[in-house]
Amino acid sequence: MDWLGQGVDRAGKIAWIVALAILVVAPFVGVYPIFVAQALCFAIFAMSFNLLLGYTGLLSFGHAAFFGGAAYITAWLLQEKHLTPELAILAGVSAAAATGLVFGVIAIRRQGIYFAMVTLALAYMLSFFFLQASFTGGENGLQGIERGRLLGLVSLEGDLALYFFVLAVFVGVFLLVLRIVHSPYGQVLKAIRENEPRAISLGYNVDRYKLLAFVLSAALAGLGGSLKVLVLHLATLQDVRWEQSGEVILMTLLGGLGTFAGPVVGAFTVVGLQNYLSDRAGAWTTVIIGVIFVLCVVAFRKGFVGELLAWQKRRARKA
Amino acid sequence: MTELFGVPIQALFGQLMLGLVNGSFYAMLSLGLAVIFGLLGVVNFAHGAMYMLGAYVAWMGLDGIDVHGMHIQFNFWVALLVGPLVVGVVGVVVEKLLLKRLYKLDPLYGLLLTFGLALIVQGVFLQYYGSSGQSYDTPEALSGATNLGFMILPNYRGFVVAASLVICFGTWFLIERTRLGSLLRAGTENPALVQAFGVNVPLMVTLTYAGGAALAGLAGVLAAPVIQVTPLMGSNLIIVVFAVVVIGGMGSIIGSIVTGLVLGLVEGLTRVFYPEASNVVVFFIMAIVLMIRPAGLFGKEK
Repeated sequence: MDWLGQGVDRAGKIAWIVALAILVVAPFVGVYPIFVAQALCFAIFAMSFNLLLGYTGLLSFGHAAFFGGAAYITAWLLQEKHLTPELAILAGVSAAAATGLVFGVIAIRRQGIYFAMVTLALAYMLSFFFLQASFTGGENGLQGIERGRLLGLVSLEGDLALYFFVLAVFVGVFLLVLRIVHSPYGQVLKAIRENEPRAISLGYNVDRYKLLAFVLSAALAGLGGSLKVLVLHLATLQDVRWEQSGEVILMTLLGGLGTFAGPVVGAFTVVGLQNYLSDRAGAWTTVIIGVIFVLCVVAFRKGFVGELLAWQKRRARKA
Repeated sequence: MTELFGVPIQALFGQLMLGLVNGSFYAMLSLGLAVIFGLLGVVNFAHGAMYMLGAYVAWMGLDGIDVHGMHIQFNFWVALLVGPLVVGVVGVVVEKLLLKRLYKLDPLYGLLLTFGLALIVQGVFLQYYGSSGQSYDTPEALSGATNLGFMILPNYRGFVVAASLVICFGTWFLIERTRLGSLLRAGTENPALVQAFGVNVPLMVTLTYAGGAALAGLAGVLAAPVIQVTPLMGSNLIIVVFAVVVIGGMGSIIGSIVTGLVLGLVEGLTRVFYPEASNVVVFFIMAIVLMIRPAGLFGKEK
């Protein structure tokens, strides 16, 4: 069962391949592809966040800045400049990485709780910029974005074509994060998470490692946001707000912090819940999300995947 | 009309005064955050929601509430007592029921828990009152304005600044100059030892959180007549206050008060000379301070 946590052993590979097979077949057996595609975008977002908090120990409370910022850039380029989707996404991701570099340089000056407050404040500042900038459509955001043709050849207007494009990107991100976490670089990140002074005393330039992790995470969060524009045809202020930063924290926590499958499970759960509640609960949705947040922190800190792993470990010890 | 730096002097002082009013709220809120953080090690994200709650208690009091057929109505002066009391009780419940379970964990969990609480409180008020603002009439005794010669000072604004100064320095005195305060400070340093001396530390922790929350509630009541009372008033403010706390550092009480007031003034000045930046100037200052003096102006490098 280690695949849930680490994602590499033999059983793990089989399980992930089964999961992928289910995702491939899903739209043909009546699952609404746009819903799954949307959840995959948020799964990418949550994976980027987990790379930072779960593997490096940095709590960014401003990750919506990268997600929503990239969404705005991509949407604007698609709508006003009629770029092809892959170029618009690339631009969105680059913008997110650049923003991540600036925020990172400032925020890694402080640790722990202050890091969280600084990222929150910087992201809030950026959301002001997006509210007031002329190209973002103010409170309405950018709507009715056309998906365009991938590389100028393949139209993404059909939901199925789009779905498989998003799925392919998701698999790519998944493999990339897997590679990062298991690389020597990823090991250093974990060392920083476990004991920062020790990592420093071993001669690692901790700030540079953290900064690179922050930029990588920002870029991936941006990728999630850019893809979301294609899926839902819009980029709004909602994407950059602090509530969105909170939501990605919830996804990661609920699924299982620092586990491999956790953010994906969490993203599907939260997006599913929101879609379910939006017609039924209206404004109560925020309250329900808040209640889950509180319960999760008080009594369910390992998350679904973490609890499953702990259960597995207990059983193995008994046997 | 007299001008200073090309700006009518009346307008300049008017904005400075407004800045000072905002600064008073920053000071009161960051003070409460610092006190709670000092003893509990929790960054209270729900501070904004508690400030909002205080303002709503005042507004409901003026509007009248029906509880079990009883019609309750109270004016501003009573609200100054009832507001902090209600919010303080909420604080006791939150600490006893939830926060208590997190003290042995990474402080990040305290932030996440109070974030969830803020979502709940804000969501409930949004559901019942919508996002539009309610206005609260200035209490009769403080309506009107005084002509100071160089500016016209609305009486209520003067009152807010004076009241917040009294509250802030009262808190400072309580913590730095009384026996209760010295116990609090000792509890911050070494709770186990203070407990061994026979002090009920868990009770002290509960009361500290309730006290910090009550401070936020009091700030909310004071704010009701100067701003629109909305469910979102707290969440927007708390992020600015976080920036204030990062700039000042949470180590010093006087530091939080001074930083809060000065940043309010800076914001006021920015509104005169470059209004577009007035919403974000605090964050710019935060970034600069972090680059030059990461521990904050009054913070100690650990």
